[in-house]
Amino acid sequence: MATVDKSRVPWWVSNLIVPLVNLTLALFVSGLFIFIAGENPFEAVSLIIYGSFGYIEGFAYTLYYTTNFIFTGLAFAVAFHCRLFNIGGEGQAYIGGLGVFLVAINFSFLPVPIVWLLAVGGAVVFGAAWAFIPAYLQATRGSHVVITTIMFNFIAASLMVFLLVDVIRDTTQMGPHTVALPEEQWFPSFEDFAALFGIKIRYSPLNISFLLAIAASFFVWFLVWKTRWGYEMRAVGHNTQAAIYAGISPYKNIIIAMCISGGLAGLLGVNEILGVHHKIVAGFPAGYGFTGIAVALMGRNHPIGIFPAAFLFGILYQGGSEVTFDMPNITRYMFVAVQGVIILFSGALENLFRPQIENFFVNRLNLKAKA
Amino acid sequence: MKKILSIISVSFALVFSSSAFANKIGVVYDSGGKFDKSFNELAFKTAERVKNELGWGMVEFEASNNTQIEQGMRKIADRGASLIVAMGFAQADAVAAVAPDYPDINFVAVDVCWVDDPASNIYQACYKEHEGSFLVGMIAAMASESGTIGFVGGMDIPLIRKFQGGYEQGALYVNPDINILANMTGSTPEAWNNPTKGAELTKAQIDGGADVVYQAAGGTGIGVLQAAADAGIMGIGVDTNQNWMHPGNMLTSMLKRLDLTIFEQAEKTAAGTFESGIHILGLAEGMVGYATEDGMVTSAMESAVAAAAADIVSGSMEVADWSQE
Repeated sequence: MATVDKSRVPWWVSNLIVPLVNLTLALFVSGLFIFIAGENPFEAVSLIIYGSFGYIEGFAYTLYYTTNFIFTGLAFAVAFHCRLFNIGGEGQAYIGGLGVFLVAINFSFLPVPIVWLLAVGGAVVFGAAWAFIPAYLQATRGSHVVITTIMFNFIAASLMVFLLVDVIRDTTQMGPHTVALPEEQWFPSFEDFAALFGIKIRYSPLNISFLLAIAASFFVWFLVWKTRWGYEMRAVGHNTQAAIYAGISPYKNIIIAMCISGGLAGLLGVNEILGVHHKIVAGFPAGYGFTGIAVALMGRNHPIGIFPAAFLFGILYQGGSEVTFDMPNITRYMFVAVQGVIILFSGALENLFRPQIENFFVNRLNLKAKA
Repeated sequence: MKKILSIISVSFALVFSSSAFANKIGVVYDSGGKFDKSFNELAFKTAERVKNELGWGMVEFEASNNTQIEQGMRKIADRGASLIVAMGFAQADAVAAVAPDYPDINFVAVDVCWVDDPASNIYQACYKEHEGSFLVGMIAAMASESGTIGFVGGMDIPLIRKFQGGYEQGALYVNPDINILANMTGSTPEAWNNPTKGAELTKAQIDGGADVVYQAAGGTGIGVLQAAADAGIMGIGVDTNQNWMHPGNMLTSMLKRLDLTIFEQAEKTAAGTFESGIHILGLAEGMVGYATEDGMVTSAMESAVAAAAADIVSGSMEVADWSQE
C-alpha cells in the first residue's frame, strides 16, 4: 500500500474520524464480552447512558470522574510532549493529596479562600516534588522515567499507608485515614450551587474542582503551545540532538516538564480531599492516575482532545457502576476489561485502520479536485 | 428510536420488578471482592441465607473505589432495602453519611464501631479478632514441628495488626521460643486481591522453615492457603471456616462470626426489634473462635485452647490489641 502523504490528510479525518472508528470497534468488541457474559449489550448501553446522563446526580458523578481524568490526562500529556512517559501520576496524585491536607490543616487560621489557594499550591508542589526525583534521575543519569515513576507509585503508596496508620491517622477510629478538615474549608459542591438557585438535588461528589480542571486545561494549552518554554520542551521531545544544537538544554526541560506533569497530577488531590473526602483516605487515587494515560493518548495529548476523552471515561466509570448494579453477571472487572479494549483500540491498535481511512479520504478528495 | 425506548423501558422494568419482596437485604462489599472465600463471601452467604430462610429480597454492590461506596449504598437504599450491610472499616464514612438520610432503613456496619448515629439506625460491630487469633496462634505453635510459623497479612493497617498481634501472642504463650515470620502483601488496595503475591510470600516463609501459615489477607489468602497446601504444610484460614479448601492441609480457621451478627439483625429487623448501638464482640460473646470441622486440631490442642479461652473470657488473661498501639 502506498504511504499516505500526511500533509494532504484533512485534520478532521485523523483527529475525529479515526478515533471514532476505533472507539466504535472497541465498543463492538466490549458488546461481545457482555453478550458472552449472558447479558444484552444494548440494554447495557442504555443503562450506561441512563446512569451517566439520565438523572442529575448521575451526570454530576460523570463530571466528577471527568475532573479527575482531566488532571491526570493533562499530567501525562505535558510530559509526553517532551517524550517522557510519566506513568507515575498515581503516586504524584497521592503525594499531592498529602500536600493539600497538610497545608489546609496547618493554615486553618487563615481566611478560607487563601487556604484554598495555598492548598492548591501545596498539591502542585508536593506532586511536582514527587516527580522531580525521577526527572532528575532521567536527566542526569538516564534512568528511564517509565521504570522510576512506576516504582515511585509503590513508594508513594507505602509511604502514605505508613503515614496514615502510624503518623497522621485519626486515632479515634481504626481505618487508615486522617481527621476531617474543618467544614468551612470544604470546596462548595454542586449540591451547594444548586441550593443557591433553590434547586434541591441529592449528594454527588462534583465540586468546584471541575472549574479548576478547565482552568488547568487552558493553562496547559497556553504553556505548551504559546510560550517559549513550551516550544523548547516540544523541541526536546521531537529531536533532542537538534534541540541541543539549537541551544536548548534537554536537562532543564526534562525536569521542568516532569515537575509540571507531577503538579497537575497532584491537583487530583484537590478534588478528592477538598472536594470529596475532606480527609486523606488510604488509596484515594484509585487508579485515576493510570486511566489518565489512556485519556491523554486518546485525546492526542491536547487539552481539546483530553476533555472529551476524560468525559468518555467518566461515562464509562459512572455508567459502568450502574450496569454492575443492575446486571449481576457483569462484575466491576468487566469494566476494567472494557476500558482495556478501548485503550487497546485507541492506543496500541491506533494505526490498524488509519492508513486505510486516510487513503480513502485522500483519494476521495483527489477525485473531487479532479472533477 | 422505538427500539431504544423499549430497551429503556425493559431495563426499568427489570430494575423495579424485584421490589415485590416485603423485606430486602442490601450488601456493599469491601475491596477484597465478593468471592474472596473469606470476609466478603461470608456476608454474601449470610445474605443468601437471609434470602432463603427469611424470604427476603437481595441487592448487592461491589465498589471499585471509595467514592462508589456511598453511591452504591444510596442506590441500595433507594431500591427499598430494609437492612443494609456495610462490609469493612472503609465504609464507615459512607454509613455515617447515608444512614441519617434513611431513618427507616437499618444498617449493620461490620468492623466499624466509632461513627455518630443521629438516626439510631446503625448496628456497629467490631470483633476482637485478636482473641480468636490468639487461639489459632496457640494451635499453630502446638502443631508446628519446625518451631517456625508464618503470618501473611493484607496491608499493614490497624485491623490486620490485631490479627497478627493475637496470633503472635498465642504462639508465644505456648512456646516462648517460637520463631514467627510475618509479611504484609502490599500497600495498595490490590493487596487484598493478589493471590499470586500471597503465594510468593508463603513460599518464602516455607523456605524460612515455617510449617504453619496463618492468613489475614482477604482474597490474597486464597494464594496463601494454596501455596501451603502445595508445599504439604498446614494453613490457617480466616473469618469463615476455610478448612474445606484444602482438607488435610488445613489446620484450622479463625472464625469471625459476622454471619451471626448479620442474620440476627435481619431477624430483628423483620420482627421490628432492631436496636442500634456499638458492639465489641469477642470470645465472651461467642463471636470469635476457631473451626475444627475438616481441620487437624487434636483433642489435646482443643483442651489447651479451651483452658486459655476460659481465662480470656473470665478476664484473668488479656490479649493485647495491637491496633491500639
